[in-house]
Amino acid sequence: MAQPANRPVFAPWTDPNEKPLIQFKNVTKKFGEFTAIDDMTLNIYRKEFFALLGPSGCGKTTLMRMLAGFETPTKGTILLDGVDLAPIPPNKRATNMMFQSYALFPHLSVWDNIAFGLKRSDMPKEKIPARVEEMLRLVRLEKFAKRKPHQISGGQRQRVALARSLAKAPKLLLLDEPLGALDKKLRQDTQFELMDIQEKTGTTFVIVTHDQEEAMTVASRVAVMDHGKMIQVDTPDRIYETPNSVYVADFIGDVNIIEGTASAKGDGKVSIAWAEGQPEISATLANGVALGTKVHFAIRPEKVAISSDRPEGKANVIEGTVHDIAYLGNISTYKVEVAGGRMIKAQVANDRRIARRDISWDDKVWLSFTDTAGVVLLN
Amino acid sequence: MNFRRLFLILTPYTWLLVFFLVPFAIVFKIALSDYAISIPPYTPQLDLSAGWEGVKSFFGELDFENFTFLASDALYYSAYLSSLKIAAIATLITLLVGYPVAYGMAQSSDEWRPTLMMLVILPFWTSFLIRVYAWIGILSNEGFLNQALMGIGLIDSPLTILNTNIAVYVGIVYTYLPFMVLPIYSALEKLDGSLIEAAEDLGCSRAQAFWLVTIPLSKPGIIAGCFLVFIPALGEFVIPSLLGGSSTLMIGKVLFEEFFSNRDWPVASAVAVVLLLILIIPIILFQRNEQKQREAGL
Ligand SMILES: Nc1ncnc2c1ncn2[C@@H]1O[C@H](COP(=O)(O)OP(=O)(O)OP(=O)(O)O)[C@@H](O)[C@H]1O
Ligand SMILES: [Mg+2]
Repeated sequence: MAQPANRPVFAPWTDPNEKPLIQFKNVTKKFGEFTAIDDMTLNIYRKEFFALLGPSGCGKTTLMRMLAGFETPTKGTILLDGVDLAPIPPNKRATNMMFQSYALFPHLSVWDNIAFGLKRSDMPKEKIPARVEEMLRLVRLEKFAKRKPHQISGGQRQRVALARSLAKAPKLLLLDEPLGALDKKLRQDTQFELMDIQEKTGTTFVIVTHDQEEAMTVASRVAVMDHGKMIQVDTPDRIYETPNSVYVADFIGDVNIIEGTASAKGDGKVSIAWAEGQPEISATLANGVALGTKVHFAIRPEKVAISSDRPEGKANVIEGTVHDIAYLGNISTYKVEVAGGRMIKAQVANDRRIARRDISWDDKVWLSFTDTAGVVLLN
Repeated sequence: MNFRRLFLILTPYTWLLVFFLVPFAIVFKIALSDYAISIPPYTPQLDLSAGWEGVKSFFGELDFENFTFLASDALYYSAYLSSLKIAAIATLITLLVGYPVAYGMAQSSDEWRPTLMMLVILPFWTSFLIRVYAWIGILSNEGFLNQALMGIGLIDSPLTILNTNIAVYVGIVYTYLPFMVLPIYSALEKLDGSLIEAAEDLGCSRAQAFWLVTIPLSKPGIIAGCFLVFIPALGEFVIPSLLGGSSTLMIGKVLFEEFFSNRDWPVASAVAVVLLLILIIPIILFQRNEQKQREAGL
């Protein structure tokens, strides 16, 4: 969370003088009776890499389509650079969109697909081939320039769609799941490529992804959506470390959620009773809480330590038996059964070979974590 | 090879043999014969009772005389040419009328489409002949059209439309419009709407997107529709003879006259064979188009 002091922090959203590039002002979008976007207010700043995350059907594509000009808000206004977008047709907007379905022109070759937007722009004709070649190199499709979309693979099609939307270097780039069909290696390369382009051109990116790791890697801010509402909009680390709700905590990454009743202990500490006969969990909560409030305690598995001996000097220690071990190469996840049949996951880096590890199935173990390791969620 | 497959392959070939190749062979044979006052009105007739000699003399009497006759008489040449011209112009008009109709159908909402489709094929429920006769009632000097135009004061004296080439165009466009609309509609219906959005997103106006995306992607439908109109229109007989005038020269009419008025079966057959040869080119092109479409998976 703490940025190195000598590097300027990119956080325009904290600066009240900064003017947002995109402003959603109480935007609602309805399809008939169905509300796809529900009274949304949101600012996206210049040069941001803004990631939209959320379950299928929560309105991510609809949000993008409103920015691109294919849907008009039922209520509210969207401003781009302070200008109301409503009367501007899609072809006059300084945005380009990569469609979730790719929408490649089947009658045109890969080359012509990428050149399509450039030919409609004011780019001089003789400069177009160079730009197309550059895009082809970027997505590594030089060899496929002459093929038609139905003659290439799904992942290659996705890359053509990406190249086509990047070609015009628009002010605002909307990418609807741009990397979903790529293998991990190519995806990571392309992610870095995108960040590179972003750094070079200063384009603002809004990107939909189902891959949280991707959102974490590339985004300046992540928005977690549900049912047409923004649940939390924050930097990736804050979304991960301090989710504002069970929904966000659960949606991003792996998490243990423990229900309990809280009582304040003063100086920002609370105590959570979660199971009969068990020591209460001690946690931090700045604003304190009324006695007897139902809360959820969320803690990431990697913040839970596991040992076969009872550890000393830890704020929270819970006893349990190993129920399951998942070996994931670099890390292992232990599923530990604690009081009341509840499962708590602990994640440990595998810095030793398997044979040398001392915890095994059905062993009695101790889970421990500090009182700042988890978050107390009120909703 | 199992029986089922053999059956599946043989069925279309048998069909082709019985209903196309055999009749064509008969017509071709008549085209090579000579006119005679007899029943049927041509010689030679194959006489199998004379055995091998009969067959030999039969083939000996066949010749290409009728075809050289066609080439020597300018009437046939200009009739073919005029038919090609009328069919081509009528096809173009049908395209210009049919495309907007198909486009409108493809743009309409899902609940309307079956109704619109129904309206397009509804005319087939009435006899083609009756529908062409109806046009006489509409286009004649005292017809509905002239009455209406005079009624609203647009013209003072009736327009002569019936018995001119204009009436022939009206008849062909009207009759073959569904053959143009349906293939274009089926191409447009498959067109993914997000392609138009993508084109607009990349800077096209509505009109440009239509020209650069919609038209090229409906091309297979346009080509299919044009052939489906052009091919039958070329040999059309009923429309020019009912709606056209004495100056309307079409090969279908010539064929009819040779066959029924002159009772010259051999020349009529030769006319038909040449017509078929002319049609083979567009038919092959049409098949190519269909094939290409299937290969592209469109
Ligand atoms: N044209 C439309 N008519 C009616 N409902 C629509 C229309 N477009 C979208 N919806 C509905 O709006 C909701 C949001 O759709 P949207 O495409 O924005 O989801 P999404 O978040 O992009 O989902 P996914 O991750 O699956 O792509 C969905 O429930 C969808 O069914
Ligand atoms: Mg979507």
